[in-house]
Amino acid sequence: MASTAPASADYPTRIRPVSPAETATTVGAAVGSLCLVWLLYEEILPFSGVVGFLISWYLMFLVLYAAMAAMQWDARDAVNRLSTVGFGTGGALAIAIVVATASYALFKGFGAVTHLSFLTQTMQYAGPRSPLKDGGVLHAIVGSLEQLGLATGISVPLGIAAALFLAEVGGPLAKPVRTIVEAMTALPDLIAGMFIYSLFILSLGFGQSGVMASLAISVNMIPIVARASEVVIRLVPGSLREASYALGASQWRTVLNVVLPTARTGLATAVVLAMARGIGETAPVLFTAGFTKVMNLNPFSGPQLNLPLYIWNYVRIEGEVPADFTRGFGAAFVLVVLVLILFTIARVLGGSTPGQLSKRQQRRLTKEAQLS
Amino acid sequence: MSAAAATTSAMPAHAEDVPRQLHSKPVPADRLFRGLLRGAGIAVLAITGSILLFLVIEALPAFRDEGWRFLTQTNTLPPDEFGVGALLPYTVLVAVISLVVALPAGLAAAIYISEYAPPGLQRPLISVIDLLAAIPSIVFGLWGFLHFMPQMLGNDSWLSHHLSLLPCTSVQPDEPQSYVGSVFIAAIVVGMLVTPIICSLSRQVFSQAPQGEREAAYALGSTRWGMVRTVVLPFGRAGVIGSAMLGLGRALGETIVVTFILVPTTGFNCHILQSGGNTITDEVATHVVDFGTGGLPFLFAAGLVLFVMTLIINTLAAIVISRSRSGSSTQAD
Repeated sequence: MASTAPASADYPTRIRPVSPAETATTVGAAVGSLCLVWLLYEEILPFSGVVGFLISWYLMFLVLYAAMAAMQWDARDAVNRLSTVGFGTGGALAIAIVVATASYALFKGFGAVTHLSFLTQTMQYAGPRSPLKDGGVLHAIVGSLEQLGLATGISVPLGIAAALFLAEVGGPLAKPVRTIVEAMTALPDLIAGMFIYSLFILSLGFGQSGVMASLAISVNMIPIVARASEVVIRLVPGSLREASYALGASQWRTVLNVVLPTARTGLATAVVLAMARGIGETAPVLFTAGFTKVMNLNPFSGPQLNLPLYIWNYVRIEGEVPADFTRGFGAAFVLVVLVLILFTIARVLGGSTPGQLSKRQQRRLTKEAQLS
Repeated sequence: MSAAAATTSAMPAHAEDVPRQLHSKPVPADRLFRGLLRGAGIAVLAITGSILLFLVIEALPAFRDEGWRFLTQTNTLPPDEFGVGALLPYTVLVAVISLVVALPAGLAAAIYISEYAPPGLQRPLISVIDLLAAIPSIVFGLWGFLHFMPQMLGNDSWLSHHLSLLPCTSVQPDEPQSYVGSVFIAAIVVGMLVTPIICSLSRQVFSQAPQGEREAAYALGSTRWGMVRTVVLPFGRAGVIGSAMLGLGRALGETIVVTFILVPTTGFNCHILQSGGNTITDEVATHVVDFGTGGLPFLFAAGLVLFVMTLIINTLAAIVISRSRSGSSTQAD
């Protein structure tokens, strides 16, 4: 028995988050500050250079915007809008600057990577002053991947088992283990490399090799994997564990069949992120991997080059010919691409929790439900 | 009747209620499993403990030689006198300046992403920031050494001329070469490196500010900045401090960037715009091979000093974080 409402023309009111006045103020402040700084820059202000101009423009923009806001709105409103504009531009600028910094090596290295020989040759037949089309990073790529694989093979089982120990078994031993794992995250990676160098290479006389580098990398990776895995395993709901115990499962069955599958995606993400860290670390491998110009497929004997060391050598130690720097940038390009790949894998793995269907599975289910 | 009387008289008149002792012995497979896990925990403890022990043992000869003078001695030529008196201040100086650069930038970016970014842009931005935190430091070192430093030389000389009233900004002699490889440039590059770490951790903390309190602020009539100022920032204060300390620890241990950029020098002067500087990591990385077995204890001792510093900072960060509401979300990696 609803009474009919009078049929009035109902126009939906569009509530925009940014009013025209605000947009006009922003644009006006930007243009005004640009002109002002242009006028004052070379003539009156003692600055010079592009960077100074941009900084002055940005600061003048904020000042001008604040002045215009103070003229239009009351104090509280003006501060609010100034902070919106300030954080909007400042935060975005900060992110953009860091992105540009990180992509600089990508841009510079692209020229090197377009030579197919860069990716498929080693430096075996290239001399110190060879042009860019001679020689490549294949031995470094192989070395990086092999060392990363070895380091992951050492650190991931140990790290996850230690995390399981902390989360499932506990007891009086758990506190010292947790304390020391936390302490190890503070170890500078250079010291880890020095430890391996001094103990294995000098005292025990093993010599530099790929496996030494992977030991140094795994010293760094173990605390990261252990801490991240412990957090993930703790996140598994206690009710799942108790349900499994209630059904009569023993602890090892619970862990292997309930806890680990539930934590699977989180564990995979933690592991892949630790791998992304491990592949790029230069300090631990500085004196443990050794330098070589030829391909070394055996990580257990003989020096084996990897990507960060390649960059280190050709940019810092040699660094005479422009081709050296371009080679360094190209190797940095490959390194960043590898990190990107690992990161994407981590994102894909970490996206779904067990029990959650992927979009394709959901579509298939709804289609089947509609047909039946 | 008698049977009932017989059964009731069989029970004690006043039964004492004693809790039943439950003995559950783990299944042999479980004992093995727990033993294996315990073994893994002990293995990790043993490995890391032996590393620490090795570090201390290797560094002992240097401390025996010099005692506390190790910390004040500014010489870096072994084996007679090597000390971190010049290295330690440089390490701290680079780390502090880099934090001065990174903390505002990281915080501003974190507030932007969590409060002011358009909803569709938030997830990509979070992925970008997390990716930046994982980019190897050698990439930043390349940018700093080959692109940033040549460009900053002019700006540095401008700063030195116009900020001459401030201490530590003078450069002698005043020629272009004396601005190369300064602490200021190295610290800015390290700051770039640390910014994504601070941003990503702070963003995680800010995004966990309780929705109810945010809406309460709006309901009381506050503006968006007022809500951020009164709800989000106080909530995330401890998390921000924790992330800043973690960034500081990262900056202290940074090796590659400082080795690329800094030009080694003797002694310590606080002229940050002038060429020259030598941090602990730089010194160790450059001289491990040529110090040989005789000089290694001194390098280990320097590394131990750095480790102790980073450990203290991380522990302080953990204490600050654990006492706060926002603490549990800040994960160090």
